[in-house]
Amino acid sequence: MIPSAFDYVAPSTVDDAVRALNDAGEDAKIIAGGQSLLPVLRMRLAAPSKLIDLGKVAELRGVREDGDALVIGAMTTHYDVQRDPLVREHAQLLAVATDTVADPQVRHRGTFGGSLAHADPAGDLLAPALALDVEMVLCGMDGKRTVPAADFFVDYFTTALRPSELLVEVRMPKYTGWHAHYEKFNRVAQAWSIVGVAAAVNVAGHTISAARVALTNMSSVPVRASGVEQALVGQEATPDAIRAAAERAVEGTMPVADNNADVAYREHLAKVLTSRAVTAACG
Amino acid sequence: MRITVTVDGTAYTDEVEPRTLLVHYLRERLGKVGTVVGCDTSNCGACTVHLDGHSVKSCSVLAVQADGCEITTIEGLSRDGQLHPVQQAFHDNHALQCGFCTPGMIMQAIDLLADDADPDEETVRNGLEGNLCRCTGYQNIVRAVRDAASRMEPGSGPEAEQVAEQTSVAGGSRAEVRQS
Ligand SMILES: Cc1cc2nc3c(=O)[nH]c(=O)nc-3n(C[C@H](O)[C@H](O)[C@H](O)COP(=O)(O)OP(=O)(O)OC[C@H]3O[C@@H](n4cnc5c(N)ncnc54)[C@H](O)[C@@H]3O)c2cc1C
Ligand code: FES
Ligand code: FES
Repeated sequence: MIPSAFDYVAPSTVDDAVRALNDAGEDAKIIAGGQSLLPVLRMRLAAPSKLIDLGKVAELRGVREDGDALVIGAMTTHYDVQRDPLVREHAQLLAVATDTVADPQVRHRGTFGGSLAHADPAGDLLAPALALDVEMVLCGMDGKRTVPAADFFVDYFTTALRPSELLVEVRMPKYTGWHAHYEKFNRVAQAWSIVGVAAAVNVAGHTISAARVALTNMSSVPVRASGVEQALVGQEATPDAIRAAAERAVEGTMPVADNNADVAYREHLAKVLTSRAVTAACG
Repeated sequence: MRITVTVDGTAYTDEVEPRTLLVHYLRERLGKVGTVVGCDTSNCGACTVHLDGHSVKSCSVLAVQADGCEITTIEGLSRDGQLHPVQQAFHDNHALQCGFCTPGMIMQAIDLLADDADPDEETVRNGLEGNLCRCTGYQNIVRAVRDAASRMEPGSGPEAEQVAEQTSVAGGSRAEVRQS
């Protein structure tokens, strides 16, 4: 199907994009890679009056270091995140999770910022963002503000972004030397996660000195598995210790039943996949 | 809105509605009907083309987003009546039945070979994850891509070299990597 008619602008700076968004009013929408938005428009599930395309805003693309922080521009594509040497070195969890998103064509267009702003609970980059304690830098007419990941994801497809705000970049501490794994469970090619687990660990000798674990699709928003993290820290990375810690994966989750899985099955998956993700991360 | 694009080596300037999908622009305005639409959900990959050297699903890109870009479609691959080595490998390995998925399969295969000139079976299967075939099955498609890889190796034959080299002009910088 063809989307219903809309106006279109492609500003080349963040300032112009924010102004265009404000001038256009509530019915306007940002388009980034379009890999979530265009399918929605083609199905006519949404009919924005105007699209503001961020594709030409060069300052929103790319990965850089800023002192102790790693900064990823909102318009950096999945493909560029996957291959970026800074991401591989300081945020391996994000790199390996991005490898599992969609398919190569979608990864060439889709963006990190678009995935976070879209906030699909089955999206694979929300849990890594939460696990890595990233901060979202948002920009509106009154300037910039920073929102931690834990406050950014509000509900299904709902974030702390105001209608007149852009997600500009994502900042995070460097996790240099940490080991990570993203365990995604789905059944067919290019399918979304039924449940996914993001795990990053810092191992000193044989002992886990720090752990970050978060779950995909176990609630309307990504869930930090704090109980698992606490149970892991100070332990040797043995199968028994990891399995015991993974038992706590469902704490604080509120999974729903859908065509793919009922609640009990999702809870079972959360524990099994947490165990696998942590085991793989510990190598 | 006015856009200028280069498609299969020819520059076009056209007035398009913002809601026009790139695939519809290619088929209906430029007559590039080799690129097909197989689904409504961005899943099938039949519409795959190269946009500035990278594969994209042309049903999931607006024509206005391609303004200023270079596009290669399945129709831009052959040279002087000679099939591209990947096209030839699909032919030789019986990698199609109805042929509907084939334009997208071939465009995506060229993309994956640009990233990895000698992919193993798993790499080919992962690289083709965004392309669905409803009749051939994937065995011969995977075989064809690996066969094409071996033909496109440097020194694998002057004809293959020549076709691939010219394609790289339209296919962007990465395509040259596989020749080195
Ligand atoms: C076939 C297919 C399979 C997929 N499979 C997966 C998968 O397995 N896992 C997964 O995680 N994702 C998957 N996706 C989604 C993909 O990752 C998208 O790239 C992503 O969800 C959205 O990114 P985008 O840049 O395309 O955003 P767009 O589609 O352009 O935008 C999405 C939404 O975010 C808003 N937005 C975008 N950027 C900003 C910004 N900077 N500031 C404010 N608002 C913004 C838009 O207004 C829109 O509402 C799949 C998509 C397809 C088509
Ligand atoms: S037509 Fe199916 S993915 Fe484009
Ligand atoms: S050959 Fe018929 S769909 Fe692939």
